[in-house]
Amino acid sequence: MAMSREEIYSKVQGVLVDALGVDEDQVKPDARLKQDLGAESIDYLDIQFRLEKAFGIKVPKGEMLPENVMTDPNFVQGGRVTPAGMAELKKRMPYVDLTEFEKDPQVEQLPFTVDAVVNYVQTKVA
Amino acid sequence: MRWIWIDKFTEFTSRTSATTVKNVTLAEEQLHDLYPDFPIYPHSLIVEGMAQTAGILVGEAGGFAEKVILAKIGRATFHQLVRPGDTLTFSAKIEQFSQQGASASGTVTTNGKLVAEIELMFSHIDQNMAGMEFPEHNFVFTEQFTELLKTYRVQGEIAL
Repeated sequence: MAMSREEIYSKVQGVLVDALGVDEDQVKPDARLKQDLGAESIDYLDIQFRLEKAFGIKVPKGEMLPENVMTDPNFVQGGRVTPAGMAELKKRMPYVDLTEFEKDPQVEQLPFTVDAVVNYVQTKVA
Repeated sequence: MRWIWIDKFTEFTSRTSATTVKNVTLAEEQLHDLYPDFPIYPHSLIVEGMAQTAGILVGEAGGFAEKVILAKIGRATFHQLVRPGDTLTFSAKIEQFSQQGASASGTVTTNGKLVAEIELMFSHIDQNMAGMEFPEHNFVFTEQFTELLKTYRVQGEIAL
């Protein structure tokens, strides 16, 4: 039987508490991993490993968070995501709501939230 | 002084687990720096010993081709002090391994008593940290390290 969104959310919450050393009540759906929960680059690999273990899934390099897009000069210029970069992000991260971000696409403000992780896992366990 | 905090491997199973020992002696300077007249082996070096045990295990899993860097201490819980004359046994196992890095966990014991439980993350830095460039030569598994490794192979005590 497929997991419910609540079950996925609860497990993701546990993963983020363990990986980032934050309190459970900090892990809210709209909390951004980097800006609100303090995730650093190695934490994404830690989260990836823990998600793989918790859900029995495989998270290929750059699939959940395509870091190479953020460092590609065609996609990011002057700290802002270019129209080509935005198109690439939409294609690569359909599970992230980019509506607000698109209005002022400063790369540091990418809204990679707890909800986005839950959405991503949902695509993998479906 | 050389930055080596394990004395020898006593078990090595490729891509899986490794065990090392470290003999703690009163002659070591670092024992005397924390508390006057009460020498103890620093917790940070216990973590380093585990990092070297697990780091070599992770390095071997990638054929020593990757630059394996300790990137994160997920957890380090200490249960008792380590004193001069103690022999530490580091038992490490790889939890997960990928192109980007690995996670490992392990225990440290002395005389059969639990000293510490440690979880570590290692990064293959050339595969991560997009946009940053590192020296081409492997500054982690250096010539000094590979020469040391050869002596272990010659002795044939472990299958490294």
